[in-house]
Amino acid sequence: MSTLYDFALRMGDNTLILGHRVSEWCGHAPVLEEDIALANTALDLIGQTQLWLGLAAEEEGSGKTADDLAFLRDAWEFRNALLCELPNGDFGRTLMRQYLFDEWHLLMLKALQGSSEKRVSDIADKAVKEVSYHVERSRDTVIGLGDGTAESHKRMQEALDYLYPYVGELFTPDAVDTAAAEAGLAPDLASLRAPYDEALAATMAEATLSLPDSRFAHKGGRTGKMHTEHLGHILTQMQWLQRAYPGAAW
Amino acid sequence: MYAQMVKSTGAGVKSREEMSAEEAAFQDRIDADIKIEPKDWMPEGYRKTLIRQIGQHAHSEIVGQLPEGNWITRAPTLERKAILLAKVQDEAGHGLYLYAAAETLGVSRDELTEQLLDGRMKYSSIFNYPTLNWADIGAVGWLVDGAAIMNQVPLQRTSYGPYSRAMIRICKEESFHQRQGYDIMMKMAQGTEAQKKMAQDALNRLWYPSLMMFGPSDKDSVHSAQSMAWKIKMDSNDELRQKFVDQTVPQAEYLGLTVPDENLKWNEEKGGYDFSEPDWDEFFDVLQGNGPCNVDRMEKRNAAWDNGAWVREGLMAHAEKRAVLKTAAE
Ligand SMILES: [Fe+2]
Ligand SMILES: [Fe+2]
Repeated sequence: MSTLYDFALRMGDNTLILGHRVSEWCGHAPVLEEDIALANTALDLIGQTQLWLGLAAEEEGSGKTADDLAFLRDAWEFRNALLCELPNGDFGRTLMRQYLFDEWHLLMLKALQGSSEKRVSDIADKAVKEVSYHVERSRDTVIGLGDGTAESHKRMQEALDYLYPYVGELFTPDAVDTAAAEAGLAPDLASLRAPYDEALAATMAEATLSLPDSRFAHKGGRTGKMHTEHLGHILTQMQWLQRAYPGAAW
Repeated sequence: MYAQMVKSTGAGVKSREEMSAEEAAFQDRIDADIKIEPKDWMPEGYRKTLIRQIGQHAHSEIVGQLPEGNWITRAPTLERKAILLAKVQDEAGHGLYLYAAAETLGVSRDELTEQLLDGRMKYSSIFNYPTLNWADIGAVGWLVDGAAIMNQVPLQRTSYGPYSRAMIRICKEESFHQRQGYDIMMKMAQGTEAQKKMAQDALNRLWYPSLMMFGPSDKDSVHSAQSMAWKIKMDSNDELRQKFVDQTVPQAEYLGLTVPDENLKWNEEKGGYDFSEPDWDEFFDVLQGNGPCNVDRMEKRNAAWDNGAWVREGLMAHAEKRAVLKTAAE
Protein backbone atom coordinates (compact mmCIF):
# COMPACT_ATOMS: atom_id res chain seq x y z
CA MET A 1 0.00 0.00 0.00
CA SER A 2 1.18 3.56 -0.70
CA THR A 3 2.70 5.95 1.77
CA LEU A 4 -0.23 8.27 1.19
CA TYR A 5 -2.63 5.48 2.17
CA ASP A 6 -0.74 4.73 5.37
CA PHE A 7 -0.49 8.39 6.21
CA ALA A 8 -4.17 9.18 5.58
CA LEU A 9 -5.16 6.14 7.61
CA ARG A 10 -3.14 7.32 10.59
CA MET A 11 -4.69 10.78 10.45
CA GLY A 12 -8.19 9.39 9.99
CA ASP A 13 -7.91 6.77 12.69
CA ASN A 14 -6.73 9.41 15.17
CA THR A 15 -9.75 11.58 14.50
CA LEU A 16 -12.16 8.64 14.35
CA ILE A 17 -11.14 7.08 17.62
CA LEU A 18 -10.73 10.35 19.51
CA GLY A 19 -14.02 11.61 18.05
CA HIS A 20 -15.70 8.44 19.27
CA ARG A 21 -14.30 8.90 22.75
CA VAL A 22 -15.35 12.52 22.96
CA SER A 23 -18.84 11.63 21.72
CA GLU A 24 -19.25 9.32 24.72
CA TRP A 25 -19.69 12.48 26.81
CA CYS A 26 -22.87 13.48 25.07
CA GLY A 27 -25.44 14.52 27.69
CA HIS A 28 -23.14 13.93 30.65
CA ALA A 29 -20.93 17.03 30.80
CA PRO A 30 -20.54 19.25 33.88
CA VAL A 31 -22.34 22.22 32.28
CA LEU A 32 -24.47 22.71 29.22
CA GLU A 33 -21.84 24.80 27.42
CA GLU A 34 -19.38 21.93 27.82
CA ASP A 35 -21.90 19.46 26.44
CA ILE A 36 -22.22 21.63 23.38
CA ALA A 37 -18.49 22.14 23.02
CA LEU A 38 -17.70 18.44 23.40
CA ALA A 39 -20.32 17.48 20.83
CA ASN A 40 -18.90 20.11 18.54
CA THR A 41 -15.37 18.78 18.92
CA ALA A 42 -16.54 15.24 18.26
CA LEU A 43 -18.48 16.42 15.24
CA ASP A 44 -15.43 18.19 13.78
CA LEU A 45 -13.29 15.11 14.34
CA ILE A 46 -15.81 12.79 12.70
CA GLY A 47 -16.07 15.21 9.77
CA GLN A 48 -12.28 15.14 9.39
CA THR A 49 -12.40 11.35 9.58
CA GLN A 50 -14.70 11.28 6.56
CA LEU A 51 -12.08 13.24 4.63
CA TRP A 52 -9.00 11.32 5.74
CA LEU A 53 -10.51 7.87 5.46
CA GLY A 54 -12.16 8.91 2.21
CA LEU A 55 -8.71 9.76 0.89
CA ALA A 56 -7.28 6.49 2.20
CA ALA A 57 -10.09 4.52 0.56
CA GLU A 58 -9.56 6.32 -2.72
CA GLU A 59 -5.86 5.60 -2.53
CA GLU A 60 -6.47 1.97 -1.67
CA GLY A 61 -8.24 1.72 -4.99
CA SER A 62 -10.41 -1.35 -4.57
CA GLY A 63 -13.70 0.53 -4.33
CA LYS A 64 -13.85 0.68 -0.55
CA THR A 65 -15.42 3.64 1.22
CA ALA A 66 -14.48 5.59 4.32
CA ASP A 67 -17.23 3.66 6.10
CA ASP A 68 -15.70 0.33 5.10
CA LEU A 69 -12.44 1.42 6.64
CA ALA A 70 -14.06 2.70 9.80
CA PHE A 71 -16.48 -0.12 10.42
CA LEU A 72 -14.96 -3.22 8.91
CA ARG A 73 -11.34 -3.30 10.05
CA ASP A 74 -10.25 -5.15 13.15
CA ALA A 75 -8.18 -3.66 15.95
CA TRP A 76 -4.77 -4.67 14.56
CA GLU A 77 -5.49 -2.76 11.37
CA PHE A 78 -6.08 0.53 13.19
CA ARG A 79 -3.31 3.13 13.07
CA ASN A 80 -4.32 5.73 15.62
CA ALA A 81 -1.96 6.91 18.34
CA LEU A 82 -2.64 5.18 21.67
CA LEU A 83 -3.46 8.54 23.27
CA CYS A 84 -6.69 8.72 21.24
CA GLU A 85 -8.10 5.43 22.48
CA LEU A 86 -7.51 5.92 26.20
CA PRO A 87 -10.73 6.01 28.24
CA ASN A 88 -12.27 9.37 29.06
CA GLY A 89 -11.81 9.18 32.82
CA ASP A 90 -13.16 12.30 34.47
CA PHE A 91 -13.75 15.55 32.64
CA GLY A 92 -10.24 16.73 33.53
CA ARG A 93 -8.61 13.72 31.95
CA THR A 94 -10.73 14.08 28.83
CA LEU A 95 -9.77 17.72 28.41
CA MET A 96 -6.12 17.07 29.17
CA ARG A 97 -6.08 14.30 26.55
CA GLN A 98 -7.72 16.71 24.15
CA TYR A 99 -5.18 19.41 24.84
CA LEU A 100 -2.17 17.11 24.44
CA PHE A 101 -3.60 15.90 21.14
CA ASP A 102 -4.79 19.31 19.91
CA GLU A 103 -1.36 20.97 20.20
CA TRP A 104 0.15 18.15 18.14
CA HIS A 105 -2.77 18.14 15.73
CA LEU A 106 -2.54 21.86 15.06
CA LEU A 107 1.22 21.76 14.40
CA MET A 108 0.71 18.78 12.12
CA LEU A 109 -2.12 20.36 10.15
CA LYS A 110 -0.26 23.66 9.75
CA ALA A 111 2.67 21.74 8.30
CA LEU A 112 0.34 19.73 6.08
CA GLN A 113 -1.03 22.91 4.55
CA GLY A 114 2.29 22.92 2.68
CA SER A 115 2.07 19.28 1.62
CA SER A 116 3.21 18.32 -1.87
CA GLU A 117 -0.06 16.39 -2.20
CA LYS A 118 -2.98 18.67 -2.97
CA ARG A 119 -5.60 16.37 -1.50
CA VAL A 120 -3.71 16.44 1.80
CA SER A 121 -3.25 20.20 1.88
CA ASP A 122 -6.94 20.68 1.06
CA ILE A 123 -8.01 18.62 4.06
CA ALA A 124 -5.48 20.43 6.24
CA ASP A 125 -6.80 23.83 5.14
CA LYS A 126 -10.27 22.89 6.25
CA ALA A 127 -9.30 21.10 9.46
CA VAL A 128 -6.84 23.72 10.67
CA LYS A 129 -9.63 26.22 11.31
CA GLU A 130 -11.56 23.75 13.44
CA VAL A 131 -8.51 22.56 15.33
CA SER A 132 -7.30 26.10 16.08
CA TYR A 133 -10.54 26.49 17.97
CA HIS A 134 -10.19 23.10 19.68
CA VAL A 135 -6.76 23.96 21.03
CA GLU A 136 -7.86 27.36 22.20
CA ARG A 137 -10.65 25.80 24.19
CA SER A 138 -8.75 22.81 25.58
CA ARG A 139 -5.83 25.05 26.58
CA ASP A 140 -8.14 27.47 28.40
CA THR A 141 -9.82 24.61 30.23
CA VAL A 142 -6.53 22.99 31.24
CA ILE A 143 -5.36 26.37 32.58
CA GLY A 144 -8.66 27.11 34.30
CA LEU A 145 -8.82 23.78 36.06
CA GLY A 146 -5.07 23.52 36.75
CA ASP A 147 -5.13 26.94 38.36
CA GLY A 148 -8.59 26.55 39.91
CA THR A 149 -9.28 24.95 43.28
CA ALA A 150 -6.96 22.56 45.14
CA GLU A 151 -9.12 19.67 43.98
CA SER A 152 -9.22 20.65 40.35
CA HIS A 153 -5.47 21.22 40.42
CA LYS A 154 -4.88 17.78 41.87
CA ARG A 155 -7.10 16.10 39.31
CA MET A 156 -5.44 17.89 36.41
CA GLN A 157 -1.97 16.97 37.65
CA GLU A 158 -3.07 13.34 37.90
CA ALA A 159 -4.47 13.52 34.38
CA LEU A 160 -1.22 14.93 33.04
CA ASP A 161 0.85 12.29 34.84
CA TYR A 162 -1.35 9.52 33.44
CA LEU A 163 -1.43 10.81 29.87
CA TYR A 164 2.04 12.19 29.33
CA PRO A 165 3.65 8.79 28.60
CA TYR A 166 1.39 8.60 25.54
CA VAL A 167 2.67 11.86 24.06
CA GLY A 168 6.01 10.58 22.78
CA GLU A 169 4.40 8.26 20.24
CA LEU A 170 3.07 11.28 18.33
CA PHE A 171 6.64 12.32 17.57
CA THR A 172 8.29 8.94 16.94
CA PRO A 173 8.79 8.41 13.22
CA ASP A 174 8.91 5.03 11.52
CA ALA A 175 9.53 4.07 7.89
CA VAL A 176 6.13 5.43 6.78
CA ASP A 177 6.80 8.82 8.34
CA THR A 178 10.28 8.98 6.88
CA ALA A 179 8.97 8.15 3.41
CA ALA A 180 6.16 10.71 3.81
CA ALA A 181 8.64 13.38 4.87
CA GLU A 182 11.00 12.57 2.01
CA ALA A 183 8.17 12.85 -0.49
CA GLY A 184 7.17 16.23 0.93
CA LEU A 185 3.82 14.74 1.81
CA ALA A 186 4.11 15.39 5.53
CA PRO A 187 6.56 17.10 7.88
CA ASP A 188 9.40 15.37 9.68
CA LEU A 189 7.55 14.26 12.81
CA ALA A 190 10.47 14.83 15.12
CA SER A 191 10.66 18.45 13.99
CA LEU A 192 7.30 19.14 15.57
CA ARG A 193 8.53 18.25 19.04
CA ALA A 194 10.36 21.49 19.87
CA PRO A 195 7.43 23.82 19.15
CA TYR A 196 5.14 21.34 20.93
CA ASP A 197 7.32 21.33 24.03
CA GLU A 198 7.39 25.08 24.00
CA ALA A 199 3.60 25.34 23.83
CA LEU A 200 3.17 22.76 26.59
CA ALA A 201 5.67 24.43 28.86
CA ALA A 202 3.86 27.76 28.54
CA THR A 203 0.43 26.25 29.14
CA MET A 204 1.47 24.12 32.10
CA ALA A 205 3.24 27.06 33.70
CA GLU A 206 0.04 29.07 33.49
CA ALA A 207 -1.94 26.08 34.71
CA THR A 208 0.51 25.67 37.63
CA LEU A 209 1.00 22.04 36.57
CA SER A 210 4.33 20.20 36.33
CA LEU A 211 5.30 18.21 33.28
CA PRO A 212 6.67 14.81 34.27
CA ASP A 213 10.45 14.46 33.99
CA SER A 214 10.35 11.10 32.28
CA ARG A 215 10.03 11.03 28.53
CA PHE A 216 9.14 7.38 28.50
CA ALA A 217 6.72 6.73 25.64
CA HIS A 218 4.16 3.97 25.15
CA LYS A 219 4.05 3.14 21.45
CA GLY A 220 2.45 0.74 19.03
CA GLY A 221 -0.81 2.38 17.98
CA ARG A 222 0.43 4.29 14.94
CA THR A 223 2.31 1.28 13.61
CA GLY A 224 -0.43 -1.15 14.58
CA LYS A 225 2.06 -3.28 16.48
CA MET A 226 0.20 -3.17 19.76
CA HIS A 227 -2.90 -1.21 20.80
CA THR A 228 -4.26 -0.96 24.33
CA GLU A 229 -7.02 -3.28 25.50
CA HIS A 230 -9.42 -0.36 25.18
CA LEU A 231 -9.56 -0.23 21.40
CA GLY A 232 -11.36 -3.55 21.02
CA HIS A 233 -14.17 -2.33 23.25
CA ILE A 234 -14.56 0.85 21.22
CA LEU A 235 -14.86 -1.23 18.07
CA THR A 236 -17.44 -3.62 19.52
CA GLN A 237 -19.74 -0.64 19.94
CA MET A 238 -18.81 1.39 16.93
CA GLN A 239 -18.90 -1.45 14.43
CA TRP A 240 -21.76 -3.45 15.87
CA LEU A 241 -24.52 -2.67 13.38
CA GLN A 242 -22.27 -3.00 10.34
CA ARG A 243 -20.97 -6.32 11.62
CA ALA A 244 -24.33 -7.72 12.70
CA TYR A 245 -26.12 -6.81 9.46
CA PRO A 246 -23.54 -7.12 6.70
CA GLY A 247 -24.35 -5.42 3.44
CA ALA A 248 -27.25 -3.34 4.76
CA ALA A 249 -27.48 0.32 3.74
CA TRP A 250 -28.13 2.79 6.55
CA MET B 1 -44.77 18.70 22.93
CA TYR B 2 -42.16 19.38 25.52
CA ALA B 3 -44.37 21.09 28.08
CA GLN B 4 -47.25 18.98 29.37
CA MET B 5 -49.97 19.83 31.85
CA VAL B 6 -48.39 23.11 32.86
CA LYS B 7 -50.34 24.54 35.79
CA SER B 8 -51.33 28.15 35.63
CA THR B 9 -53.06 30.16 38.37
CA GLY B 10 -55.76 27.55 38.74
CA ALA B 11 -58.29 30.34 39.27
CA GLY B 12 -59.65 30.47 35.75
CA VAL B 13 -59.69 33.39 33.39
CA LYS B 14 -60.71 36.69 34.92
CA SER B 15 -63.48 38.61 33.26
CA ARG B 16 -62.79 42.19 32.19
CA GLU B 17 -64.73 43.46 35.23
CA GLU B 18 -62.55 41.45 37.59
CA MET B 19 -59.29 42.79 36.15
CA SER B 20 -57.36 45.66 37.68
CA ALA B 21 -56.40 48.52 35.37
CA GLU B 22 -52.92 47.05 34.96
CA GLU B 23 -54.27 43.62 34.17
CA ALA B 24 -56.69 45.00 31.63
CA ALA B 25 -53.96 47.00 29.89
CA PHE B 26 -51.79 43.89 29.87
CA GLN B 27 -54.57 41.79 28.34
CA ASP B 28 -55.18 44.52 25.75
CA ARG B 29 -51.58 44.27 24.60
CA ILE B 30 -51.83 40.53 24.31
CA ASP B 31 -55.09 40.74 22.40
CA ALA B 32 -53.44 43.23 20.05
CA ASP B 33 -50.53 40.80 19.51
CA ILE B 34 -48.01 43.19 21.03
CA LYS B 35 -45.16 41.21 22.57
CA ILE B 36 -44.54 41.37 26.30
CA GLU B 37 -40.90 42.09 27.09
CA PRO B 38 -38.95 41.32 30.29
CA LYS B 39 -39.13 44.89 31.66
CA ASP B 40 -42.88 45.20 31.09
CA TRP B 41 -45.34 44.77 33.92
CA MET B 42 -46.94 41.33 33.95
CA PRO B 43 -49.28 39.46 36.29
CA GLU B 44 -47.47 37.19 38.72
CA GLY B 45 -49.45 34.20 37.40
CA TYR B 46 -48.27 34.89 33.85
CA ARG B 47 -44.65 35.03 34.99
CA LYS B 48 -44.91 31.86 37.06
CA THR B 49 -46.76 29.89 34.40
CA LEU B 50 -44.21 30.90 31.80
CA ILE B 51 -41.32 29.87 34.04
CA ARG B 52 -42.91 26.45 34.51
CA GLN B 53 -43.59 26.05 30.83
CA ILE B 54 -40.27 27.32 29.47
CA GLY B 55 -38.39 25.50 32.21
CA GLN B 56 -40.11 22.23 31.40
CA HIS B 57 -39.39 22.74 27.75
CA ALA B 58 -35.72 23.46 28.46
CA HIS B 59 -35.41 20.40 30.71
CA SER B 60 -36.94 18.27 27.96
CA GLU B 61 -34.28 19.39 25.50
CA ILE B 62 -31.58 18.47 28.00
CA VAL B 63 -32.95 15.11 29.14
CA GLY B 64 -33.80 14.41 25.49
CA GLN B 65 -30.07 14.23 24.78
CA LEU B 66 -29.93 10.93 26.65
CA PRO B 67 -32.12 8.61 24.55
CA GLU B 68 -30.48 9.87 21.36
CA GLY B 69 -26.99 9.99 22.84
CA ASN B 70 -27.58 6.32 23.57
CA TRP B 71 -26.89 5.59 19.87
CA ILE B 72 -24.11 8.02 19.02
CA THR B 73 -21.36 5.51 19.69
CA ARG B 74 -23.24 2.87 17.69
CA ALA B 75 -24.33 4.94 14.70
CA PRO B 76 -23.87 2.73 11.63
CA THR B 77 -22.02 5.14 9.31
CA LEU B 78 -19.78 8.16 9.71
CA GLU B 79 -22.42 10.37 8.16
CA ARG B 80 -25.17 9.12 10.48
CA LYS B 81 -22.87 9.62 13.44
CA ALA B 82 -22.15 13.19 12.34
CA ILE B 83 -25.83 13.97 11.78
CA LEU B 84 -26.81 12.53 15.14
CA LEU B 85 -24.04 14.41 16.94
CA ALA B 86 -25.15 17.62 15.28
CA LYS B 87 -28.74 16.97 16.28
CA VAL B 88 -27.96 16.26 19.90
CA GLN B 89 -25.77 19.36 19.95
CA ASP B 90 -28.71 21.37 18.58
CA GLU B 91 -30.93 20.05 21.36
CA ALA B 92 -28.45 21.18 23.99
CA GLY B 93 -28.43 24.55 22.23
CA HIS B 94 -32.22 24.68 22.43
CA GLY B 95 -31.92 24.06 26.15
CA LEU B 96 -29.54 26.98 26.35
CA TYR B 97 -31.82 29.43 24.50
CA LEU B 98 -34.77 28.39 26.61
CA TYR B 99 -32.95 28.70 29.93
CA ALA B 100 -31.85 32.14 28.75
CA ALA B 101 -35.49 33.01 27.99
CA ALA B 102 -36.53 31.77 31.45
CA GLU B 103 -33.77 33.84 33.05
CA THR B 104 -35.42 37.01 31.74
CA LEU B 105 -38.30 36.13 34.07
CA GLY B 106 -36.05 36.20 37.11
CA VAL B 107 -35.08 32.58 37.64
CA SER B 108 -31.52 31.34 37.15
CA ARG B 109 -30.52 28.32 35.13
CA ASP B 110 -28.97 26.75 38.24
CA GLU B 111 -32.24 27.12 40.17
CA LEU B 112 -34.18 25.47 37.37
CA THR B 113 -31.59 22.71 37.11
CA GLU B 114 -31.82 22.00 40.82
CA GLN B 115 -35.59 21.76 40.56
CA LEU B 116 -35.25 19.27 37.74
CA LEU B 117 -32.69 17.21 39.60
CA ASP B 118 -34.68 16.94 42.82
CA GLY B 119 -37.88 16.12 40.95
CA ARG B 120 -39.80 19.35 41.58
CA MET B 121 -39.87 20.12 37.86
CA LYS B 122 -40.78 17.77 35.04
CA TYR B 123 -39.69 17.17 31.50
CA SER B 124 -41.65 15.64 28.62
CA SER B 125 -42.93 12.11 29.24
CA ILE B 126 -41.56 10.96 25.88
CA PHE B 127 -37.95 10.96 27.07
CA ASN B 128 -38.74 8.30 29.63
CA TYR B 129 -39.04 5.74 26.84
CA PRO B 130 -35.97 3.83 25.69
CA THR B 131 -34.27 3.83 22.27
CA LEU B 132 -33.76 0.14 21.60
CA ASN B 133 -32.78 -0.22 17.98
CA TRP B 134 -31.26 2.08 15.37
CA ALA B 135 -34.65 2.80 13.77
CA ASP B 136 -35.65 4.43 17.06
CA ILE B 137 -33.27 7.25 16.16
CA GLY B 138 -35.20 7.67 12.93
CA ALA B 139 -38.54 7.40 14.71
CA VAL B 140 -37.55 9.94 17.36
CA GLY B 141 -36.70 12.51 14.68
CA TRP B 142 -39.78 11.73 12.66
CA LEU B 143 -42.35 11.42 15.46
CA VAL B 144 -40.93 13.19 18.50
CA ASP B 145 -39.42 16.17 16.73
CA GLY B 146 -42.51 16.08 14.50
CA ALA B 147 -44.83 16.35 17.49
CA ALA B 148 -42.64 19.06 19.01
CA ILE B 149 -42.89 21.09 15.81
CA MET B 150 -46.69 20.84 15.85
CA ASN B 151 -46.67 22.64 19.14
CA GLN B 152 -43.74 24.95 18.61
CA VAL B 153 -44.64 26.45 15.26
CA PRO B 154 -47.70 28.19 16.76
CA LEU B 155 -45.62 29.15 19.81
CA GLN B 156 -43.48 31.34 17.57
CA ARG B 157 -46.42 33.75 17.91
CA THR B 158 -46.58 33.45 21.70
CA SER B 159 -47.03 36.66 23.66
CA TYR B 160 -43.74 36.63 25.55
CA GLY B 161 -41.01 38.17 23.35
CA PRO B 162 -37.95 36.17 24.49
CA TYR B 163 -39.91 32.89 24.34
CA SER B 164 -41.25 33.68 20.89
CA ARG B 165 -37.77 34.51 19.59
CA ALA B 166 -36.32 31.32 21.08
CA MET B 167 -39.08 29.35 19.34
CA ILE B 168 -38.32 30.93 15.98
CA ARG B 169 -34.67 29.85 16.21
CA ILE B 170 -35.59 26.41 17.48
CA CYS B 171 -38.25 25.65 14.88
CA LYS B 172 -35.81 26.04 12.01
CA GLU B 173 -33.60 23.33 13.48
CA GLU B 174 -36.45 21.06 14.49
CA SER B 175 -37.69 20.74 10.94
CA PHE B 176 -34.22 19.57 9.89
CA HIS B 177 -34.33 16.99 12.66
CA GLN B 178 -37.65 15.71 11.48
CA ARG B 179 -36.50 15.37 7.88
CA GLN B 180 -33.32 13.60 8.94
CA GLY B 181 -35.34 11.23 11.12
CA TYR B 182 -37.70 10.43 8.28
CA ASP B 183 -34.70 9.86 6.03
CA ILE B 184 -33.43 7.18 8.42
CA MET B 185 -36.90 5.59 8.41
CA MET B 186 -36.90 5.54 4.60
CA LYS B 187 -33.57 3.77 4.50
CA MET B 188 -34.77 1.24 7.05
CA ALA B 189 -38.15 0.68 5.44
CA GLN B 190 -36.54 0.11 2.05
CA GLY B 191 -33.78 -2.02 3.54
CA THR B 192 -33.36 -5.65 4.48
CA GLU B 193 -36.02 -7.68 6.28
CA ALA B 194 -34.22 -7.08 9.55
CA GLN B 195 -34.20 -3.33 8.96
CA LYS B 196 -37.90 -3.30 8.15
CA LYS B 197 -38.52 -5.16 11.36
CA MET B 198 -36.54 -2.56 13.28
CA ALA B 199 -38.54 0.24 11.67
CA GLN B 200 -41.88 -1.38 12.49
CA ASP B 201 -40.74 -2.18 16.02
CA ALA B 202 -39.74 1.45 16.56
CA LEU B 203 -43.12 2.70 15.31
CA ASN B 204 -44.97 0.18 17.46
CA ARG B 205 -43.24 1.34 20.62
CA LEU B 206 -43.12 5.08 19.94
CA TRP B 207 -46.53 5.74 18.38
CA TYR B 208 -48.61 6.06 21.54
CA PRO B 209 -45.92 7.77 23.59
CA SER B 210 -45.75 10.34 20.76
CA LEU B 211 -49.51 10.92 20.97
CA MET B 212 -49.12 11.36 24.73
CA MET B 213 -46.70 14.22 24.14
CA PHE B 214 -49.68 16.52 23.54
CA GLY B 215 -51.10 15.71 26.96
CA PRO B 216 -54.63 14.52 27.80
CA SER B 217 -57.64 16.36 26.48
CA ASP B 218 -57.71 19.83 28.02
CA LYS B 219 -61.04 21.08 26.82
CA ASP B 220 -62.25 21.61 30.38
CA SER B 221 -58.94 22.65 31.93
CA VAL B 222 -58.88 26.02 33.72
CA HIS B 223 -55.10 26.06 33.35
CA SER B 224 -55.31 25.72 29.60
CA ALA B 225 -58.01 28.38 29.31
CA GLN B 226 -55.85 30.90 31.17
CA SER B 227 -52.73 29.98 29.18
CA MET B 228 -54.65 30.40 25.95
CA ALA B 229 -55.98 33.78 27.01
CA TRP B 230 -52.38 34.82 27.71
CA LYS B 231 -51.24 33.34 24.39
CA ILE B 232 -48.64 31.10 25.93
CA LYS B 233 -50.63 28.14 24.73
CA MET B 234 -51.96 28.53 21.23
CA ASP B 235 -54.02 25.42 20.49
CA SER B 236 -55.78 22.75 22.51
CA ASN B 237 -54.07 19.43 23.04
CA ASP B 238 -56.72 17.58 21.06
CA GLU B 239 -56.40 19.92 18.07
CA LEU B 240 -52.66 19.44 17.95
CA ARG B 241 -52.92 15.68 18.37
CA GLN B 242 -55.41 15.46 15.52
CA LYS B 243 -53.14 17.53 13.27
CA PHE B 244 -50.22 15.31 14.15
CA VAL B 245 -52.10 12.11 13.36
CA ASP B 246 -53.40 13.52 10.09
CA GLN B 247 -49.91 14.50 9.04
CA THR B 248 -48.17 11.34 10.20
CA VAL B 249 -50.43 8.53 9.02
CA PRO B 250 -49.81 9.13 5.29
CA GLN B 251 -46.07 9.31 6.02
CA ALA B 252 -46.23 5.92 7.73
CA GLU B 253 -48.16 4.52 4.78
CA TYR B 254 -45.56 5.87 2.38
CA LEU B 255 -42.93 4.00 4.38
CA GLY B 256 -44.99 0.82 4.15
CA LEU B 257 -45.28 0.67 7.93
CA THR B 258 -48.38 -0.09 9.95
CA VAL B 259 -49.57 2.34 12.59
CA PRO B 260 -50.34 0.14 15.61
CA ASP B 261 -53.98 1.16 15.90
CA GLU B 262 -56.82 -1.09 14.72
CA ASN B 263 -59.29 1.77 15.02
CA LEU B 264 -57.39 4.08 12.74
CA LYS B 265 -59.75 5.16 9.98
CA TRP B 266 -60.18 8.15 7.69
CA ASN B 267 -63.29 10.10 8.63
CA GLU B 268 -64.53 11.92 5.57
CA GLU B 269 -66.99 14.00 7.55
CA LYS B 270 -64.45 15.60 9.87
CA GLY B 271 -61.69 15.53 7.25
CA GLY B 272 -59.32 13.74 9.58
CA TYR B 273 -58.51 10.35 11.01
CA ASP B 274 -60.33 8.64 13.82
CA PHE B 275 -57.79 7.02 16.10
CA SER B 276 -57.40 5.37 19.49
CA GLU B 277 -56.44 7.40 22.51
CA PRO B 278 -53.22 6.40 24.18
CA ASP B 279 -53.40 4.66 27.53
CA TRP B 280 -53.69 7.64 29.87
CA ASP B 281 -53.04 5.50 32.94
CA GLU B 282 -49.65 4.76 31.49
CA PHE B 283 -49.13 8.48 30.85
CA PHE B 284 -49.87 9.35 34.47
CA ASP B 285 -47.60 6.54 35.63
CA VAL B 286 -44.79 8.02 33.58
CA LEU B 287 -45.44 11.48 35.01
CA GLN B 288 -45.37 9.97 38.50
CA GLY B 289 -41.88 8.68 37.80
CA ASN B 290 -42.81 5.16 36.80
CA GLY B 291 -41.94 5.22 33.11
CA PRO B 292 -39.43 2.70 31.79
CA CYS B 293 -36.50 5.13 32.02
CA ASN B 294 -37.41 7.82 34.58
CA VAL B 295 -35.08 6.59 37.29
CA ASP B 296 -32.26 6.00 34.87
CA ARG B 297 -32.58 9.41 33.21
CA MET B 298 -32.56 11.24 36.51
CA GLU B 299 -29.68 9.19 37.81
CA LYS B 300 -27.64 10.15 34.75
CA ARG B 301 -28.51 13.84 34.99
CA ASN B 302 -27.72 13.88 38.69
CA ALA B 303 -24.44 12.07 38.12
CA ALA B 304 -23.45 14.56 35.42
CA TRP B 305 -24.22 17.44 37.76
CA ASP B 306 -22.55 15.95 40.83
CA ASN B 307 -19.47 14.68 39.00
CA GLY B 308 -19.13 18.06 37.35
CA ALA B 309 -19.19 20.06 40.60
CA TRP B 310 -15.39 20.15 40.88
CA VAL B 311 -15.17 21.42 37.30
CA ARG B 312 -17.64 24.23 37.83
CA GLU B 313 -15.95 25.18 41.10
CA GLY B 314 -12.48 24.98 39.55
CA LEU B 315 -13.36 27.21 36.62
CA MET B 316 -15.14 29.67 38.89
CA ALA B 317 -12.16 29.86 41.25
CA HIS B 318 -9.88 30.48 38.30
CA ALA B 319 -12.09 33.25 36.95
CA GLU B 320 -12.07 34.90 40.37
CA LYS B 321 -8.27 34.72 40.57
CA ARG B 322 -8.07 36.33 37.15
CA ALA B 323 -10.45 39.07 38.18
CA VAL B 324 -8.37 39.84 41.27
CA LEU B 325 -5.16 39.99 39.20
CA LYS B 326 -6.84 42.29 36.74
CA THR B 327 -8.05 44.69 39.44
CA ALA B 328 -4.62 44.66 41.07
CA ALA B 329 -3.02 45.55 37.75
CA GLU B 330 -5.33 48.49 37.14
FE1 LIG C 1 -35.08 20.65 20.33
FE1 LIG D 1 -35.01 18.40 17.76
